[in-house]
Amino acid sequence: MRKVGVAGVGHTKFGRSDLPLVDLLSLAALEALDDAGIKTGKAHEVDQVFVATMGAGMLNRQSSVASALVDTLNLQPAMAETVENGPASGASAVKLGYMAIASGMCDVVLVVGGEIMRVVTGWEATDFVATMLHPEAEYNYGLTLPAFAGMFTRLYMDKYGVTEKDLAIIAVKNHENAVRNPVAHIQLVPNLHAITEDEDANVINPYVADPLRVYDVCPVSDGAAALVLCAMDQADRFSKKPVRIAGIGQATDTHVVAERKEPTDLLAVRLAARRAYEMAGLKPEDINVAELHDAFTILEVAISEESGLFPRGEGHLAARRGDTRVGGRIPINTSGGLKAKGHPLGATGVSQIVEIVRQVRGEATGRQVEGAKYGLAVNFGGFGNNVVATILAREE
Amino acid sequence: MIIDKLEQSLRPPESKMVPYPAKYITLASGEKMVVHQATREDVPCLLEAVRPLMTVEKDFYDIVAARLYAELLGYYRYRVKDEYCLVGTIDGVIVGMVNGRMVDEKVGMSYHTVAIKRGLRIGAQLFAAKMEYHLDYLNQEEVWIVAESPIGYRRWMIEYELESRPSAWHELGGVPTHVLTKALWEKHKAMKCTGRRPVPPEMLETAKKLILPSEYPQIPGFKR
Repeated sequence: MRKVGVAGVGHTKFGRSDLPLVDLLSLAALEALDDAGIKTGKAHEVDQVFVATMGAGMLNRQSSVASALVDTLNLQPAMAETVENGPASGASAVKLGYMAIASGMCDVVLVVGGEIMRVVTGWEATDFVATMLHPEAEYNYGLTLPAFAGMFTRLYMDKYGVTEKDLAIIAVKNHENAVRNPVAHIQLVPNLHAITEDEDANVINPYVADPLRVYDVCPVSDGAAALVLCAMDQADRFSKKPVRIAGIGQATDTHVVAERKEPTDLLAVRLAARRAYEMAGLKPEDINVAELHDAFTILEVAISEESGLFPRGEGHLAARRGDTRVGGRIPINTSGGLKAKGHPLGATGVSQIVEIVRQVRGEATGRQVEGAKYGLAVNFGGFGNNVVATILAREE
Repeated sequence: MIIDKLEQSLRPPESKMVPYPAKYITLASGEKMVVHQATREDVPCLLEAVRPLMTVEKDFYDIVAARLYAELLGYYRYRVKDEYCLVGTIDGVIVGMVNGRMVDEKVGMSYHTVAIKRGLRIGAQLFAAKMEYHLDYLNQEEVWIVAESPIGYRRWMIEYELESRPSAWHELGGVPTHVLTKALWEKHKAMKCTGRRPVPPEMLETAKKLILPSEYPQIPGFKR
C-alpha cells in the first residue's frame, strides 16, 4: 500500500451559519485546497471527493451532496461520493480517502465533512440524532443520546467513582481550549464553582439527563471541515510537508446497547484504537495529543481509557490531576472538543483530524502542545457501535 | 396651567404596585448578575442601552429593541399604565432587561425580554424574574405572553409549557397569546428561577449606577 498524508486543512467557524450546506462545505474545501497549495477550477488536481454528512437528507432535504460540491467547486470530472456513518461519518470519509490513495486508484482526495443543524430546534436535532439508535428496541421507547449518556454516566460513577465535579473539570478545560481556537462555537469559559457548587447551579446549569448537566453536553452546531489527502510519494506537489496518516482502525459493536455484556465497556473504541496503534506501529504512550469524541463529558473519560491513554477507571483522575490539559502529560481536546468547539455531526471526525494536523505541524497557536509528533483522533458513532480511530504522525 | 391639566388627563391612573425586591444570581461564568427594578429616572440610560440593537436583524433583536424602546418611552412619559422594567447588571454594566405591566389585579402583561450579553442564559433569568414579579410579588393569577423570536418561543412557550389562549388579545398585536398560570409557574419555578436576597448593599449600589455596555456581541466592532 502507498503511504497517505494530509497536505491541506480547512475549517469554517462552528456555530450558527446562514449559508446553505454546500456553500459552507465549499468554504472549508477551498481553505484546505489553498492550504495544500494545489490548483482548483478547470486545472484542478483532485481525483476524488468524499463528503461526510449525517443530516443533509433529514435536516436540509438535500441528497447527493458530494456531486453538488464537485460542481460548485468546478472539480469535474472528479469522482464523488457522500458518506453517511452517523456521527462517525467524518472519520469514515477520511478512511475511504485513505483507501482510495493507498490502493493506487487516486493521488489526491478531498474529504469534506459538514452539517447545517441549527435549522431545527434543539429538540428536533436531538430526535434526529436518535434515529441512529435501534428503531424498535430503543428509538421507539423515546431513548435519545443524552438519555444513553446519562445512564452510562451513572453506571460509570457507581463503578469508578467519577463525580459530577470531575466531569465539570473536563468541561471547563475544553471551554478554556475553545477560547484559544477561533473556529470554536462556544467562546465562553464557565466557572467550575458556579456550575457545580453554587446555590444557583441547578438553574444556571440544569440537569439535562441526570447526572449530566447542560455543561456536560455538546452544543448543536453548524460547520464544516476539510482535508486534502495525498500520496506521500507525491509530497513534493504540495506547499506544506504532508502529515502522514500512520494508522486507521475501525470497529463496530452491538446496535442495541442493552445487548452488551458490560454496558460501561466501549469495545468498539478499544478495538478501533488497538488496530490503529498496530497499523502505526505505536503504543498509547507514544501519543502526544488526542482529540476524543466528547459529545458528553463522560465520553472523554471513557474513550481516554478504552484507547489506552489511561488505565481503566482512571481517566477522571487524570483530568483531576491536570494531565489532559495543554501542558499536561497527554493533552486531550485541545480544539475545545465537541463539548465547546461544537459538533456538526458529519464535520466532527474531519475537524478532529484538522486539529491533530495543526498540532503536529506546530500551527495550533495559543493551544500548541510542544513537540507534538503523534496525534490520535477517535470519532464515535451511535452509542459506541461504530468507531474510527486515526493516528497521524509528523514525518521527520 | 392648562397644559398641566391636559397632561394630567393624558396620564393613566397608577395602581399601587409592590416594588420588585432586588436579587443576585451567580451566572455560569461566575459573574454575579443583580436584577433590580429600574426607576423612571433610569429610563434615558436604558434607552441608550437598547438603541444600538434596533438595527440588528439577527434573532429579531430589531423588533424587540424597537418595541422595548417605545414601551420604555411610554413608561417614561406616563403613557402606559402600571408599567415596570427590571434590569440585569454585572458590576453595574447593563446586560439585559425585561418589562411588562399590570393589566389589573389578576392579569399581568409581559412585554419584552432582551439579553445584551449572550451565552449565559441572562434572558432566561430575566424572564423568570419578570414572572416571579407578577406571580409571587404582585400576586397575580396569570401572565399573558407572546414571542417574537424562535428563541423566545422555545424558552417561554415550550419550556414553561405555556397555555395557548389565542382568544386573549395581547397588547403586542394579534400574534397568538400564551399564558403562564400560577399552576404552571409553581410547576416550573424551581428549575427556572433562582437568585438570592438581600443583595449586599455595595453590590446593589454598584448595580444602580447602570453603566452602558461598551460592546455588543450582536454588533461586531461596536465600541462605546
